[in-house]
Amino acid sequence: MTQKLVVIGAGMASGRVLEHLFEGNADFDVTLFNAEERGNYNRIMLSPVLSGEKTYEDIVTHDADWYEANNVTCHFGTHVTAIDRQAKTVTSTKGTTSYDKLLIATGSAPFIIPVQGKDLPGVITYRDLDDTNAMIQAAETGGKAVVIGGGLLGLEAAAGLAERGMEVTVLHLMGHLMERQLDEAAGFLLRRDLEKRGITVKCRASTAAILGTDKVEGVLLEDNEGLEADLVVMAVGIRPETRLATDAGLEVARGIEVGAQLQTSDPDIFAVGECVEFDGQLFGLVAPLYDQAKVLAHSLMETPAVFTPKELSTKLKVTGCDLFSAGDFASGEGREDIVFRDPARGVYRRLVIEDDCVIGAVMYGDTSDSNWFFGLIRDKTDIADMRDTLIFGPAYQGGAPSDPLLAVAALPRDAEICGCNGICKGQIEDAIAAGATDIEALRSQTKASASCGTCTGLVEQVLSVTLGDDFVLPTAQPVCGCTDMTHEDLRRMIKSQELKSLPAVWQACDWKTPCGCHVCRPALNFYLLADWPLDYEDDPQSRFVNERKHANIQKDGTFSVVPRMWGGITTPDELRAIADAAEKYAVPTVKVTGGQRIDLLGVKNEDLPAIWHDLNQAGMVSGHAYSKGLRTVKTCVGSDHCRFGTQDSTGLGIQLEKALWGSWTPHKLKLAVSGCPRNCAEATCKDIGIVCVDSGYQISIGGAAGMDVRETSLLCQVATEAEVMDVVKAVTQSYRENARYLDRIYKWMDKVGLDWIQAQIADLDTRAALVARFDLSQTIYRKDPWAQQVVKSAPYIPLANLTLEAAE
Amino acid sequence: MSNWIDIAALEEVPQRGARLVKTPHGCVAIFRTAGDEVFALDNACPHKNGPLADGIVHGKAVTCPLHNWVISLETGAAQGADKGQVATYPAKVTGGRILLDADFLQQRAVA
Repeated sequence: MTQKLVVIGAGMASGRVLEHLFEGNADFDVTLFNAEERGNYNRIMLSPVLSGEKTYEDIVTHDADWYEANNVTCHFGTHVTAIDRQAKTVTSTKGTTSYDKLLIATGSAPFIIPVQGKDLPGVITYRDLDDTNAMIQAAETGGKAVVIGGGLLGLEAAAGLAERGMEVTVLHLMGHLMERQLDEAAGFLLRRDLEKRGITVKCRASTAAILGTDKVEGVLLEDNEGLEADLVVMAVGIRPETRLATDAGLEVARGIEVGAQLQTSDPDIFAVGECVEFDGQLFGLVAPLYDQAKVLAHSLMETPAVFTPKELSTKLKVTGCDLFSAGDFASGEGREDIVFRDPARGVYRRLVIEDDCVIGAVMYGDTSDSNWFFGLIRDKTDIADMRDTLIFGPAYQGGAPSDPLLAVAALPRDAEICGCNGICKGQIEDAIAAGATDIEALRSQTKASASCGTCTGLVEQVLSVTLGDDFVLPTAQPVCGCTDMTHEDLRRMIKSQELKSLPAVWQACDWKTPCGCHVCRPALNFYLLADWPLDYEDDPQSRFVNERKHANIQKDGTFSVVPRMWGGITTPDELRAIADAAEKYAVPTVKVTGGQRIDLLGVKNEDLPAIWHDLNQAGMVSGHAYSKGLRTVKTCVGSDHCRFGTQDSTGLGIQLEKALWGSWTPHKLKLAVSGCPRNCAEATCKDIGIVCVDSGYQISIGGAAGMDVRETSLLCQVATEAEVMDVVKAVTQSYRENARYLDRIYKWMDKVGLDWIQAQIADLDTRAALVARFDLSQTIYRKDPWAQQVVKSAPYIPLANLTLEAAE
Repeated sequence: MSNWIDIAALEEVPQRGARLVKTPHGCVAIFRTAGDEVFALDNACPHKNGPLADGIVHGKAVTCPLHNWVISLETGAAQGADKGQVATYPAKVTGGRILLDADFLQQRAVA
């Protein structure tokens, strides 16, 4: 016999119940009430609607056709005012409707902080489409918005409003944003990212009153600070909407109390979603609501199932802010933390370990491995054996492949891909096999990635793995064929695992070749000497011939020799010595270089130690014209001679060159110092350029004049030569510590951002620490390689001469 | 019959490195791998005659310093997509000394 099912509330939870019922061909005549004037839509996607990335039409789950096809009687825009349990009827503004089974899905109501002015026009909450539209409308005229509440919803509202051009301030009562999902460090990164978008964040800010006469005009804080506001969004939290249930005499605690079958204290009345309380727990995220919906549908179809709350994870749907949190991440006795930070990339990962299991995870900046960590938490996996490299994610465990596609391929069929809808890899594979060969088809058939959408990439990867060539996704480029790791991975491993030798790296990073190749070895050699100057011993055999033989190899196997001329200044004696050497060793070509040096081209391999010796005797050292290191500091004559010169550019150039020479860097490093903005030393196309002005020194970085031509960007202006020295050393050291091998400064700057470099240099403690590390490294490396090589000249002369023997 | 001649102590050539031996018909490069094996090849890349002894030695291969051709030390053949061949000569280590076959080096002149 057909039963009458009345549903109060057309939200995501009750919508899912109906889907299950209709899929199960359950025999119900459904009447659906909704206070909103529309049916079920994907409420999670309101944030993209607010930010303009989607429209309402994009997020409708059930349209009029769907309700009609399933014979649902809809009363939208209709409030249910009472439930009569005796008569088994509900009363609405449209009259009385009787039921056999009643489903309460009234959801939640936003919590309104009880302050003066809370009812003024312009004060809105953020729960439904009407709120969203109100915000969109308010944003049309621009102006200032204050969002009260720095939780998930508040921040999504703030980001959306900022995206629509409003000047947004977020007020948050606690010490850091999203304190329920994030720890302090991740909260800080999130705050920084939001501030980059122009959003002002005030933590520990308690609202005293909302000001205004006819409409909202401002917000007053407890500390008497006043903020102007044309719009105030209240997003401090939600509470279950239980009024109807309470009035009907159902058992209600904070929410409507239900058992494991989602039944209320009245056996004919069920409840689902944010309005329920189960086992003392309330629910606000979609995944458990969908679980409830499934169980509830079974209860109605009399095939009872049991609802058990699962471990939950959170992601923020603000484009560009990648964060993930799951489990319990409070510190405590018996709990240990594993923390990984990569400030350059704004990446933070923290795992909380208890009894060899991961019980909590917070990730910011790079959440690509979040599913894997979430799996460890959910399955209570024993991580003792992989603890050392756990924080780096699945790619580093037991030789598991780091290609994300292979990692996806390796996932078992029951691995959860879509957390919102509880869709496993196997279900997606089955759907693909059944013909759903694109993301849209998969979404409609399995619901995978159809709710919050953050697993879209993962679903695409499953598609790619299953379909093969038809679906190509970009992957991070490994260093070379010897490893699956990227340069960034390697630098991270070297620092965090304290890898201090080539074999240690090869071992720890699972090198596929016994001793690397000509691509990875020079990179590794640099990373190791830059990160561990005291511990690592430079390996000449891992250097390109130029750096091994301290001269530039030419196409005929001869070399070029360039003595250093500090700041481009030389003397008659030096010039004489160079001329003598050129004649003595029959140097075919003598050329003046672009970096203000003299190049002796065509010197034979076996003559190198001798010509160096001669030049050393005249007081000259290697010019490192061959190195990934400091090349030259070019200068103009500055205030010594020039009528326009503002500072002693030559003297400063010489000082800089004497401080920096001998240092190894990711790629060549060229500097110039110009004595005035006429810039005769062409400082603004160098890796680091200094332009002297009357009031001091403009230091700019990231120029290039090679395959790419780039003008430098201003790093900072300082007043004294001493500050120039510190800033240049600090930026060089930061480049040494963070850049990828063979990236010039401009490429590095494009990756980390000028802002980040500026912040490092502006912070005087960070600057001083960088300078100290640079100076320490220079105690090892600022040596003349010529003088060192002259005494061990063996590599330059033949091992044996068989010409005589053979002639016999 | 081989005519092994003593060239130098193994230590004279660095691990993952090379040294040259002068012969009447050009230089021969003596390579020493990380595993202390030695190989003797003409010191000229088949591509543009780059000095192989100045290359980076990895595994049982060397990368030419001029244009990064990779040459097998065992066979003298260019690896990967490149096509070319370098002459190789018998070499061995006995009692910590590097030995080359003088007859073979002689034949080089005739070949």
